[in-house]
Amino acid sequence: MGRKLLLENINVPGINSFEVYRKHGGYRAVEKALKTMSTEDVVEEVKKSGLRGRGGAGFPTGMKWSFLAKPEGKPRYLVCNADESEPGTFKDRYLMTHIPHLLIEGMIVASYALGAKTSYIYVRGEMMPQIRILERAIAEAKAEGFLGKNILGTGYDLELYVQPGGGAYICGEETALIESLEGKRGNPRIKPPFPAISGLYNCPTVVNNVESIAAVVPIINDGAEEYAKLGIGRSTGTKLISASGNIKNPGVYEIELGVPVEEFIYSDEYCGGMANGKRLKAVVAGGSSVPILPANLILKLTTGENRLMSYESLAEGAFASGTMMGSGGFVVFDEDQCIVRNTWNFSRFYHHESCGQCSPCREGTGWMEKVLHRLEYGHGKLSDLDLLVDVAKKIEGNTICPLGDAAAWPVASAIRHFRDEFEWHVSHAEEAMGRNYGLAHYADPLPKAETIAAN
Amino acid sequence: MLKISETDEIIFTPELLVKFNEILLRYPEDRQKSALLPILHLVQAEYGWVSSPLMDKVADFLQLKPIEVYEVATFYSMFFLKPPGKYMLEVCRTGPCCLVGAEKIMKHIEEKLNVKEGEVTADGLFSWRGVECLAACGMGPVLQIAPEYTFYENLTAASVDELIDRLRLTTAEKAQIIL
Ligand SMILES: Cc1cc2nc3c(=O)[nH]c(=O)nc-3n(C[C@H](O)[C@H](O)[C@H](O)COP(=O)(O)O)c2cc1C
Ligand code: SF4
Repeated sequence: MGRKLLLENINVPGINSFEVYRKHGGYRAVEKALKTMSTEDVVEEVKKSGLRGRGGAGFPTGMKWSFLAKPEGKPRYLVCNADESEPGTFKDRYLMTHIPHLLIEGMIVASYALGAKTSYIYVRGEMMPQIRILERAIAEAKAEGFLGKNILGTGYDLELYVQPGGGAYICGEETALIESLEGKRGNPRIKPPFPAISGLYNCPTVVNNVESIAAVVPIINDGAEEYAKLGIGRSTGTKLISASGNIKNPGVYEIELGVPVEEFIYSDEYCGGMANGKRLKAVVAGGSSVPILPANLILKLTTGENRLMSYESLAEGAFASGTMMGSGGFVVFDEDQCIVRNTWNFSRFYHHESCGQCSPCREGTGWMEKVLHRLEYGHGKLSDLDLLVDVAKKIEGNTICPLGDAAAWPVASAIRHFRDEFEWHVSHAEEAMGRNYGLAHYADPLPKAETIAAN
Repeated sequence: MLKISETDEIIFTPELLVKFNEILLRYPEDRQKSALLPILHLVQAEYGWVSSPLMDKVADFLQLKPIEVYEVATFYSMFFLKPPGKYMLEVCRTGPCCLVGAEKIMKHIEEKLNVKEGEVTADGLFSWRGVECLAACGMGPVLQIAPEYTFYENLTAASVDELIDRLRLTTAEKAQIIL
């Protein structure tokens, strides 16, 4: 069994209450940080831990904190990104529902480190039950002297508020989130300036994912060195993986980074293998925005080695044969699933969620959705495949925020790895509406790199 | 839940105003615009949807131009710009849920309620729509019911039937108590 840092106590009855959470060692990190560490010490500790942002981009958290500008006379803000809307990702919901005080505790320590006196948790609006849970947890923590004025007699003041979103995926992008928190449409801002210089209310701001903030608690409790002992290489610590799709045991798993993908899918400790005795066809490993990989490429690298659940190993092979850790939304497809249909579905998502500011994204996502729709529904042409690749290329890198890229990559990678399935939808249009292309050769073991070279 | 016709004059109840004022305390003094989303949610919970007179009233309260409220209410998918049913069933229609049967569930709901996506049943009780990922992919298919956002996981045709029948029954019972 891998070590658990965030979910260790998640099944303890009543852990969502202050009392039980405290009894199980909760709020020790607040005591330790506020009473025995300077703000720089906390930042340094997080830096040393190697923690990387768990919201998708994987940027080192300690480094992000150290970039925060500290001009005289301006408040600084910490905003927790609990907008969780990336298809495939549901770990933040799980944490907030079952162990809300872990997030509150992390928020207090992180706010202290950054010198923030007011912090916000921006929760996606649909999560009304979670908003109520967090508000209750905040009230409990405040009643116990962990929030408000002069926390634990240390002279540090902090107010923490929950802000609801309104149902817009784009508000997960940090500058759109800030706009939304200011009461506006969620249109991402042009960077620079980065939020660290000018964010919420034009003040220096750090935006961090729920899981990143929660991970600060064990880092402070056990020390950065202990944390960094877990994991592999530059992927330190543990990561929450949201596993869904056609597996036996979907759910949220805390893994030590570096577990082989094959073990993650097939071992009983995690996904428990494929559901209904089906075979594995493909995996989207890090949320809908990352490239989809066929079974052979997700299990093994092109060198024949095992692919691991780490930032580096998942990205190995770059766009040709790799993918990304993203937010850890691990979606598993069995042999019965249609890649064309899923790609169309994801395109519809991005088209629906584009904020509409940049024409390549606004128009391009619409085109891709339309073209994929006609392919799926039997009216496609072979030239549509190149058209899709072309549109994807024209979006990529030409937009204000990364949603454009996020919309382009799934389409480009699906065509790269499953081109014959797309072609079959054109050549066998009628049949394609009734049944799907099946597994084809995607689950076959990968030919070793040497044999390819020898041929 | 009362429905507002475009001509009724709107007066926010004192209870609602207390909540609005509490929300305003969360932000720096000159930043009351930040309260817009939370307040729109409260308004929608009270009135069932956000009509343009309601939006004007919110603009008044926050000292914003009406357009600042309209542009926000139209941007975010949670705000209803026309009245939905008393229970708005929102089914996740995104990839991971479709891998485990979300499309069948939507079809089933359409047949059971006998209304198309976005339409309201004749008794005003139900409407339904597909929505994008609700961040519950491992528990799919899922649906949530606005305006409370109660959440239902691992749906089957049978569990959906049971849910809809129960909602019908509770509404009928409540109506009897009022009579
Ligand atoms: C379209 C889009 C959606 C995003 N959605 C989320 C989200 O739901 N939650 C999240 O934490 N980060 C999301 N991000 C990443 C944030 O912009 C930001 O990088 C992150 O919150 C930083 O936190 P971290 O460093 O702790 O990961 C999204 C980014 C983009 C471009
Ligand atoms: S890339 Fe898309 S979502 Fe991002 S700012 Fe441009 S239009 Fe909006």
